[in-house]
Amino acid sequence: MPDYQPNAVLSNQEFNVVGTSPIRHDGMDKVTGRAQYGIDTDLPGMLFGKILRSPHPHARIKKIDASKAEALNGVYAVVTAADLPEVSRRVVDLAEGAIHNLGFLSNNVMARDKVLYKGHALAAVAATSPHVAEEALSLINVEYEVLQPVVTAEEAMKDDAPLLHERLATLSNPLLRPGGLKDDDDTSKGSNISNHFEFSAGDISKGFKQADVIVEKETRTSPVHQGYIEPHAATAMWQADGSLTIWSSTQGHFSVREQSSRLLGIPLSTIKVIPMEIGGGFGAKGIVYLEPVAAALARKAGRAVKLTMTRGEVFEATGPASGTYIKVKLGATKEGELTAAEAHLVYEAGAFPGAPVTPGCMCMYAPYEIPNAYLEGYDVVLNRPKSAAYRAPGSPQSAFAMETAIDDLCEKLGMDPLEFRLLNSAKEGTRRITGPLFPKVGFVETLQAAKEHPHYSAPLDGPNRARGVASGFWPNNTGPASASAIVNSDGTVNLVEGSVDLSGTRVTLAQQLAEVLGIPVEDVRPTVADTDSVGFTSNSGGSGATFKSGWAAYEAGMDVRQQMVERAAKIWEIAPENVEYENGVLQHKSDNELKMTFKQLAARQNATGGPITGSAGVNPGGAGPCIGTHIVDVEVDPDTGKITVLRYTAVQDVGKAVHPDYAAGQIQGGAVQGIGWALNEEYFFNDQGNMVNSTFLDYRMPVSLDLPMIDTVIVEIANPAHPYGVRGIGEVPIVPPLPALANAVSRAIGARMEQLPITPGRVLDAIWGAKK
Amino acid sequence: MQVITGGHKTVRVAGGSVRQIINNLEADYPGIRERLCDENGIDLLPGIAVIIDGETSQLGLLERVEENSEVHFLPALGGG
Repeated sequence: MPDYQPNAVLSNQEFNVVGTSPIRHDGMDKVTGRAQYGIDTDLPGMLFGKILRSPHPHARIKKIDASKAEALNGVYAVVTAADLPEVSRRVVDLAEGAIHNLGFLSNNVMARDKVLYKGHALAAVAATSPHVAEEALSLINVEYEVLQPVVTAEEAMKDDAPLLHERLATLSNPLLRPGGLKDDDDTSKGSNISNHFEFSAGDISKGFKQADVIVEKETRTSPVHQGYIEPHAATAMWQADGSLTIWSSTQGHFSVREQSSRLLGIPLSTIKVIPMEIGGGFGAKGIVYLEPVAAALARKAGRAVKLTMTRGEVFEATGPASGTYIKVKLGATKEGELTAAEAHLVYEAGAFPGAPVTPGCMCMYAPYEIPNAYLEGYDVVLNRPKSAAYRAPGSPQSAFAMETAIDDLCEKLGMDPLEFRLLNSAKEGTRRITGPLFPKVGFVETLQAAKEHPHYSAPLDGPNRARGVASGFWPNNTGPASASAIVNSDGTVNLVEGSVDLSGTRVTLAQQLAEVLGIPVEDVRPTVADTDSVGFTSNSGGSGATFKSGWAAYEAGMDVRQQMVERAAKIWEIAPENVEYENGVLQHKSDNELKMTFKQLAARQNATGGPITGSAGVNPGGAGPCIGTHIVDVEVDPDTGKITVLRYTAVQDVGKAVHPDYAAGQIQGGAVQGIGWALNEEYFFNDQGNMVNSTFLDYRMPVSLDLPMIDTVIVEIANPAHPYGVRGIGEVPIVPPLPALANAVSRAIGARMEQLPITPGRVLDAIWGAKK
Repeated sequence: MQVITGGHKTVRVAGGSVRQIINNLEADYPGIRERLCDENGIDLLPGIAVIIDGETSQLGLLERVEENSEVHFLPALGGG
């Protein structure tokens, strides 16, 4: 038994429902196999689609001949990029309503003139069975002009590198992350660098002159995949009136609707997207791969078409996190005060612009107060799958560089690494390198909780063992969200909301509504509605769903409360101002005899004015940044290089844990993915740019047997911009494990680990290198 | 944007809303509006966030600003 409280919650404020851990409403369906995921869609006469993918990482498409495939018995349709409208890829077209450059997005969905990575889609077939569709793919004849691939960012940035996009504009603006092609009259030389920008504050020359100790280092990370258990799946069916219905495994069905509208060239209002249950997304299911293709096939075939990916397709044709190269230099006084920081970040975008180098830059120094700082970011295209968001996109890689450099500084200074971080911690009012001042944040409290945790002072018994710590930051996100609360005559309430449930948000939103109404959470029945049935709601991403849709549920609940007060006033023939609503009971403010429960009034709603429905559409600000600090103990086998994770503790400010068990689960899940990123996972590419480990046998994600219990400490520093103090949770916990593991291993073997993953081979190289 | 402002990282400008601020900036630094707003001038470009006194605004050009407010234009971050 541990000598401390495991999975502790350092609570700030108690509520009746918020802050408890009820059973999730969708739990029974999920554990009994009744829940319907993307692949479960089954419609009368439905066809099965398959996609032909490029075997080359870089080639020009000279000709596609699908005549033999079209003639095969059982084949109903073959589509190529010619079946989708051509969407401009120029920079000016960014203002079409999405952060993506829709031309590049369209080109990623279906290659038009060139294939830019192995696995790039270039044709699709719909047939009566998956087997017939596969056979048809083999009958499609593609003539390629094979081109030299660009397989590393270093190579891609050279002046004489082969160009992926001959007219790619090199921007110098972090605001235009999706990139774009140059204007037709721009004759300047092309490049694979789609963006290069800088942030600076203070005077770094002066800052480094003030430093007593300076460290410099270079770090490298490989692309890693989100590894969601459910491959992508989408089904499309056209109705007789020309409207389109899409069933999708997605983090944002409204985003699927908009992207499909743009890529298919049809009005948004003619598309209905039904979000299926989702078996993980972690950021990567926010963009479309299959939906427009399924729709194009279905239109041509005149039948519903379902497309699903294999695991190999998921690895090779969807978006991993960017591989990176980062150079960082830090200076500090002998007392441990940071005086200057300088970093150069190169992020691999994959085949199209838009690596998360901007957030990488914006997060890198965020946990600290640094008076003189400089950051330079490069977004580089190369012949690999287009990178996609992965939990705190961009932040883990830059934290790996920053937090390991801090560990170097601490060793040189002989300083405790948490003391160092506390001394330099950002706090409310700290100015960030990007300009703004921090609002109320819980960085100091989180570091303090980590320092006071028994893990941090526990003895490390045995040889080749060491402890590492690191922090990570994510600003959290918000966005528009909608919800309705429909009161039933039995006193239950249907909560209709628009956030796809990635992580238990049905229950966290239901809890917030139940708290407002003063009723048990079991009396709230949450539903994630399709795009025709609830107001616009932005993606479940950026750790924003419980925050923004929580606000929507709260406001819908307040709407219901107001209506209930008016109904009670009508029944009692008094003014609404004389009615108070508390804990699910309506009462006359001065007559104790006049009171009614929520249930009693719900039963009388139709006779007192009609059904009661509360609704809200919100776009709340103040998502509330958050920080996590992790502590890890490792043992390294000096003969084999094997690393055993002995103990792991994750401490995080969450504002308010609406459902502490799920908050802890988010932190544990993020930490595990970060551990995999640190120790096991990487895309292996051969010299020709082909991924060679696109199965879970060869792409090694950690499993429960590889890990100890991930202990959590939930710190609650209430976010003043939310009625219950909520901050986002889900992304921060993937950030600290990369540097925390590297710091622990480095301390165990006496040599710095500057490349991920920290494989046994790299450990042995480091040990043997240190002995030379 | 510092290219347009002649290298200035910070400039003082009058205005009671983000829209007024950008209009006044445009008068002093022609071309800045194109960097920040859509072609109709109705909204900020996708991917751009405006931060007022440390808080990201959800109202874009319509957001009110106080006297001596700090206004920053930064990349909007999505997430995973």
